[in-house]
Amino acid sequence: MSEAQTASVVLVGVGGQGVLLASEITARAAILAGHQVKTNEVHGMAQRGGSVIAQVRFGPEVHSPLVEQGTARVLGSLERIEALRYRPYLAPDGLAVVSSQMIVPTTVSTGQATYPADAEARLRRVFPRLVYVDGVAEARALGDSRAANIVVLGAMSLALDLPMQCWEEAIKGSVKTRLLELNLKAFQRGRELAE
Amino acid sequence: MTELLSGNEAIARGIYEAGVTVATGYPGTPSTEILEAVSRHKDEIYCEWSPNEKVAFEVAAGAALAGARAICTMKHVGLNVAADPLMTLSYIGTVGGFVACVADDPGQHSSQNEQDTRHYARFAKIPVFEPADSQEAKELVGLALEISERFDTPAILRTTTRVSHSRGLVELGERQGARAAAFERNPPRYVPIPIWGRKMRVKVEERLGRLAEEASRSPANRIEWRDRNLGIVAVGIAYSFVREVFPEASVLKLSWCYPFPDALLKEFAAGVERVLVVEELDDIVEEHLRSLGVPCQGKGLVPRIGELSTDRLRETRAKMEGRDPEAGRMPPVPEAADLPARPPVLCPGCPHRGVFHGLGKRDVVVTGDIGCYSLGVFPPLNRTDTILCMGAGVTMAHGMDKAGEPRKVVGIVGDSTFFHSGITGLLDVAYNRGSSTIIVVDNRTTAMTGHQDHPGTGRTLMGEATVEASIEDIGRACGIRRVATVDPYDLKETARVLAAEIDAEEPSLIVSRAPCPLHTRSRLGPPRFIDRDACVQCGNCVKLGCPAIESDDESVRINELLCSGCGMCEQVCKLDAIQVGEGAGDE
Repeated sequence: MSEAQTASVVLVGVGGQGVLLASEITARAAILAGHQVKTNEVHGMAQRGGSVIAQVRFGPEVHSPLVEQGTARVLGSLERIEALRYRPYLAPDGLAVVSSQMIVPTTVSTGQATYPADAEARLRRVFPRLVYVDGVAEARALGDSRAANIVVLGAMSLALDLPMQCWEEAIKGSVKTRLLELNLKAFQRGRELAE
Repeated sequence: MTELLSGNEAIARGIYEAGVTVATGYPGTPSTEILEAVSRHKDEIYCEWSPNEKVAFEVAAGAALAGARAICTMKHVGLNVAADPLMTLSYIGTVGGFVACVADDPGQHSSQNEQDTRHYARFAKIPVFEPADSQEAKELVGLALEISERFDTPAILRTTTRVSHSRGLVELGERQGARAAAFERNPPRYVPIPIWGRKMRVKVEERLGRLAEEASRSPANRIEWRDRNLGIVAVGIAYSFVREVFPEASVLKLSWCYPFPDALLKEFAAGVERVLVVEELDDIVEEHLRSLGVPCQGKGLVPRIGELSTDRLRETRAKMEGRDPEAGRMPPVPEAADLPARPPVLCPGCPHRGVFHGLGKRDVVVTGDIGCYSLGVFPPLNRTDTILCMGAGVTMAHGMDKAGEPRKVVGIVGDSTFFHSGITGLLDVAYNRGSSTIIVVDNRTTAMTGHQDHPGTGRTLMGEATVEASIEDIGRACGIRRVATVDPYDLKETARVLAAEIDAEEPSLIVSRAPCPLHTRSRLGPPRFIDRDACVQCGNCVKLGCPAIESDDESVRINELLCSGCGMCEQVCKLDAIQVGEGAGDE
């Protein structure tokens, strides 16, 4: 089966956090490394501050753009509890990279639900391989908090076996020139945090 | 050369390569990006956002009868709006290739229903093509146009969400030479008055037979012989999932499923022990196979509702093999059992919030419409009572009013939706002496689908400056005498105008006008902070439903990363605890 040779990546977060940019960079890096690639993302209503998921699959031959439960090599989450929501996609031995950023849903602010106070402890229980980073603080230290997605992506890259120059080339092709240095640094910082 | 393209971008590439010269459409998820990508070739392809899908369809039809290759794009429910021209263009046929690219949304990611466009192809007796991925999406555009011309018929290219919004590598080709338009007068061919329409009716039936024969020979459909114990008929994207879950099975891959390729279906069925049909949404091919006398399985094992996936087909396979279909799922964990839902919400700084806030104080019925403002249905706003389809925010308000609903009925419609199909409703309210209050929440763009221009923005899809239709003038021209315009960021004034118009005995039109800040990408003001010493947690600001305002048992805070600086929260705070300034008490 092609399953074993196909790498699946899942990126999640909240609409507006940069999930799609991170998945685009992943896809480009995989193409540059010579793989077949399929990606999937959700547009429209799902982007208005809702929970967002993007998926990337690469390998010698990829049929489905959708990741099967329990097969993703890496799950990257730009928000702390979104990782818990999409946990079923991750393979039992997969890597979870979670940014500690908290975005409180309006369902919580209006008293319909509660935001788990013990999110970090939960993450540590359910993900045997967890990299938990303060992506926003790390990115801010490099110059712009909006590069938190690339910090997370950098950490995720350790599980993906794609050459570093492919990642760099992919970032170059996906971000504006004036933001290139920031994003390359953010990616590198993510890798360091995961090592 | 290859490029990573979404299904929609690949369709646009196919449109470009096939020498199309006219492309029209109305935005609708998941179809929108087709025309946006076509507009990158605006030097060679005339393209437009039409006011609605019926207009888009007819403009493309005119171009095709003049001899040009023409395309129109829309989402599945858009084809309902364009169904009238569709049914009769089938009779007339076409000169230049005519293809309607229609994107279905199984699973209802961004839609009010889940309808299968293939029914329309059967209804109109025209061919429908269904790509499995981006590469095939590009190729099928060219094939559909060629079939359209050879068989004198309009055609449909149906995608589903996961085809439109998945990316894959696509081999790029050159653009074919475009044909020059030159309409040839021939009334018996183009005018379906009854004496000629009856002849066309015969042609339609005869064409179906020839198309079915062609579908059996077409490269769009092919058999992959493997293990003959199980043969799977896989339609469109279902092929991608089938190949992963049943790698050993023989597969009849159908990307041109109607008119049914009977010869191919029979050949395949005769070559395998057992037939399973996998198609997204309805059992169209399955039902037909049974009518041919071929025993098969399908919707008994494959879900009818929602979209297909490898996960769902694994369950199908488990059922077929007598295993527990639940066994393959990841077991749920208590850590994820009580997560708060995160539905889409009106963005921070959204101008619609000002209108919903103003309505919150009144006991009125609100008939809503399709667009971002449909999000006004969620708590804490709770200000939408019905949604039916584009334009129905206006007409259903009138219907409730005429039924004698004792409360005042307020209809809400967006700017693009007003131009799409709100105007005829407003005309009805005025003409038939209604008394409802119609609010056009004009954010100067078609926002929900990703900010497309429309007749009120003063810009075309091709980037040209153009006339701006005035919603107020249209209202007055319809016969509405009470027309008001408000700035929704001014909550006090908005509430005052709403009260005055709701209390009026005659129909009124309120235009709430402020551009979508997500579109203008500009901050509305400095971020606000909550002074914790002054805040008594009364909840007034929380009731705005702004995602930047975070509240729990301990405190109310403004998330600085999300705040757009619109200042509405500052206006509703009675204690002046919300201010502009450096981290005033906030973390």
